Amino acid sequence: MTGFLKLLFRNRLAAMGAVILGAILLLVILTPILPLQNPDVTATADRFQRPLSPGHLLGTDHLGRDLLARLLYGTRLSLIVGVAAALIAGIIGSAIGITAGYFGGRLDNIVMRGVDMLMAFPYILLALAIVAALGPGLMNALIAVAAVNIPFFARNIRGITVGLAGREFIDAAKLSGMGHTRIILTELLPNVLPVIIIAMSTTVGWMILETAGLSFLGLGSQPPQADLGSMLGEARSSLITSPYVSLVPGVMIFLIVMSINLLGDGVRDALDPRLRSGALSRPLATTLVSGARRPVPPARDGLLQIADLRTQFHVGSRIYKAVDGVSLSVRPGECLGIIGESGSGKSVTALSLMGLVASPPGIITGGSVWFDGRDMIGAPYEDLRRIRGDRVAYIFQDPLSTLHPLYRIGDQLAEAIQAHHKIGKAEANERALQLLRDVRIPNPESRVRNYPHEMSGGMRQRVGIAMALVNDPAVIIADEPTTALDVTVQAQILMLLEDLRRERGLAIVFITHDFGVVGQLCDRVAVMYAGRIVEEGPTAEVLARPSHPYTKRLIACVPELGQGRREMAAIAGLPPVVSDLPPGCAFAPRCDKASDSCRKGDIALSGSGGRAVRCLFPEEALT
Amino acid sequence: MGSYIIKRLISAIPVLLGITIIVFLIMAMIPGDPATAILGSYATPENVARLNRDLGLDAPLVKRYFIWLGNMLTGDFGRSYSLNRPVLDEITERFSATLILAGVSFVLCSILGILAGVVSAARQYGWADKLITLTVLVGISVPSFFLGMMMILLFAVNLRWLPVSGMYAIYGGGDLPDLLRHLIMPSLALSVVATGVIARLARSAMLEVLRQDFIRTARAKGVPERRVIMGHALRAAMVSIIPVLGIQAGFVLSGSVYIEIVFQWPGIGRMLVDAILTRDILLVQGGVVFVAACYVIFNIIVDVAQGMLDPRIKT
Ligand code: SF4
Repeated sequence: MTGFLKLLFRNRLAAMGAVILGAILLLVILTPILPLQNPDVTATADRFQRPLSPGHLLGTDHLGRDLLARLLYGTRLSLIVGVAAALIAGIIGSAIGITAGYFGGRLDNIVMRGVDMLMAFPYILLALAIVAALGPGLMNALIAVAAVNIPFFARNIRGITVGLAGREFIDAAKLSGMGHTRIILTELLPNVLPVIIIAMSTTVGWMILETAGLSFLGLGSQPPQADLGSMLGEARSSLITSPYVSLVPGVMIFLIVMSINLLGDGVRDALDPRLRSGALSRPLATTLVSGARRPVPPARDGLLQIADLRTQFHVGSRIYKAVDGVSLSVRPGECLGIIGESGSGKSVTALSLMGLVASPPGIITGGSVWFDGRDMIGAPYEDLRRIRGDRVAYIFQDPLSTLHPLYRIGDQLAEAIQAHHKIGKAEANERALQLLRDVRIPNPESRVRNYPHEMSGGMRQRVGIAMALVNDPAVIIADEPTTALDVTVQAQILMLLEDLRRERGLAIVFITHDFGVVGQLCDRVAVMYAGRIVEEGPTAEVLARPSHPYTKRLIACVPELGQGRREMAAIAGLPPVVSDLPPGCAFAPRCDKASDSCRKGDIALSGSGGRAVRCLFPEEALT
Repeated sequence: MGSYIIKRLISAIPVLLGITIIVFLIMAMIPGDPATAILGSYATPENVARLNRDLGLDAPLVKRYFIWLGNMLTGDFGRSYSLNRPVLDEITERFSATLILAGVSFVLCSILGILAGVVSAARQYGWADKLITLTVLVGISVPSFFLGMMMILLFAVNLRWLPVSGMYAIYGGGDLPDLLRHLIMPSLALSVVATGVIARLARSAMLEVLRQDFIRTARAKGVPERRVIMGHALRAAMVSIIPVLGIQAGFVLSGSVYIEIVFQWPGIGRMLVDAILTRDILLVQGGVVFVAACYVIFNIIVDVAQGMLDPRIKT
């Protein structure tokens, strides 16, 4: 609770709302004992005194009544009526909602039908009908406003009750022979109450506004009694000559409603855990690059070279080093595998290449990615965009979420072409069709008109591959493209990639957690653990003689190359959280061979001729 | 699609019936002898008797409902006592004025709201976002009737840019430019709150969508950021924005009551308030049923639009 209040008040706007509302409430409570004039005493001689005139701080209205007194009494009345309406609507609506939700069945059905019908009315219209039947008057306006808000409470509270009614503790109470009334009052109500209170506090602003509105129309409070709405309504006739008479109650309504809104927003934000984690921020068009980053020249030759890349996630005060100094390179026509468990940083490495890491919270803090002799990290957006999808293309894991759900796949393919080439729609469509044929999609002519959800997982991934191929890229970065697929489809997709690589001389960076897949496709492989490369080398050599204990265990998890489901869970222990890594070898907690020296300082990646390992006691010594 | 529209239309029938029942029951709550209540204590006995017969008040409740419903279905909404003309004529005349006002406001709040929300989301935490958020906050807190009065004061009285009130100038008006000039202030005042609500929702819907994987795909394809936002993201966000547009249409429609009073717009809201004050019950009854029915039909249109926009909805 105190944590919640702290959060609420860290929100400056919410605090402002609380202060304004508090001040208004205080004034309203003190109104009867303040030395005010009688708000209803008319003095025709004193009509329309301007504000700050002697004896009338805010001036007087068309009947010479003191505006300050009328304002305070009017505010008091408006607040009381609004709160009363909220209470009535909340209590009756919740009672209906709880009853319907708890008993369910026919009763629930009938009640909810009625609620739906009431909600089919434009809001104020229903209130007008009720006032029409009952006659104008503040009490009737209150009833009308409460009545039109009952369905809102009934529906919300019913939803929550239905969720609770199926839970064990209710069943247990029923079995223990408790009566329905007791179950509702002692078991259900305490659980629903916070929701009711929150709903009331968020709607009370509306209700104040609505009763004021009815009074403004002349249907609420009747003279001489005046709430803020009728003060404003009466002031309308002298709007042009004496605008301050309107301004005084109008500004007050505004302040009340705004402070309640501010407070309500603050409460909602403080209750929403997503806001705290920063998960509600949208990713920028390119990953942020830290100003402290220094470019690093490439150490090896190749088409795409990653040099000491560092990508971090800054969440609150925590820093996750997702990629911590990775250097790799691919040559044209080569397939490089990056393998690791989830959380090892392999996907973040892949996404960093073209600045696609979600940012915030992602930020590239060091290193370079060289493509075509240019450092892509920190390159201007437009330069990066021209290379994305044209020279360097991506294939993602789950094409159901990575393809746009509302665009036809033909259009999505055509768009990928048109993003880089000025060609007509018809030509782009023709090319899209050809690509679907290239990736062996049956009936491509009808498939182009499909939406992603109308295709099977394997077909969707073929579309994903086609989309990566549209512009004949030099490099394809495939981020676990087969993980979501079953084994036969997976084999087909791998075969397709292999063919395409041979036909087109593509360089492929293949991200996976599966050594079986690496064995089928990749020339070289890099094993990642906790954001770093722990072993690297030609696939055949690494498979035959794994040097790092982690690599050895990863390979042991593969039952037979290319077959069966492979589970990473076979390795005991969990991958480390990259926010607070222990010094020394990150694998030490899970390693059988770990000794004290492993936990001391940094261990370098050592080796030669493209074969390297980061371990003090490797399984196979590298020459 | 066609069958979906028909299905939705059929499902609206019970709702429409429900609306008539609710209005009927509310009107049956009128305390005491309704005829006297309607006509006031100075009514002549013949008038009371005539009204009783017109309302069918001598019959039992259920029968009265069906008589009333049957009459309405044949286009007979009864006769207005205060105006001495058929209720339906008055309603259709007034409703067209409301429709112009509410329709323009609805278009305004939809476009402005979505635009503000999109800009706000795309520039999250930037100065544009902060400015929009603050404006929205103020906008949704101002009572529309107060805002309308302040607009009159500023733009009509002090600056003399726009006419104070009404739908047409009394002398020499009546053409489209005249109507538009009269429309500017009321439609703006009416759309402010809805614009704010839509902007807020559009912002959070956009933020939600922008984190989705398919946005990353669009960027990975090299789609220009402008198109990513205004195309891919907005298209997906519309799925959650459209239902709110439907709800806001209801608020705009009913909020026009206040605006029509403030700007003396000859719409149905003002008619209803006058009818309530003169206890012209038949006029109120007819007006409420008519507007509610129109709103139900509008919501069907929204549903159908939603169905067309989202191929995943089985139509
Ligand atoms: S350095 Fe030590 S702890 Fe780490 S993998 Fe090698 S043997 Fe195990």
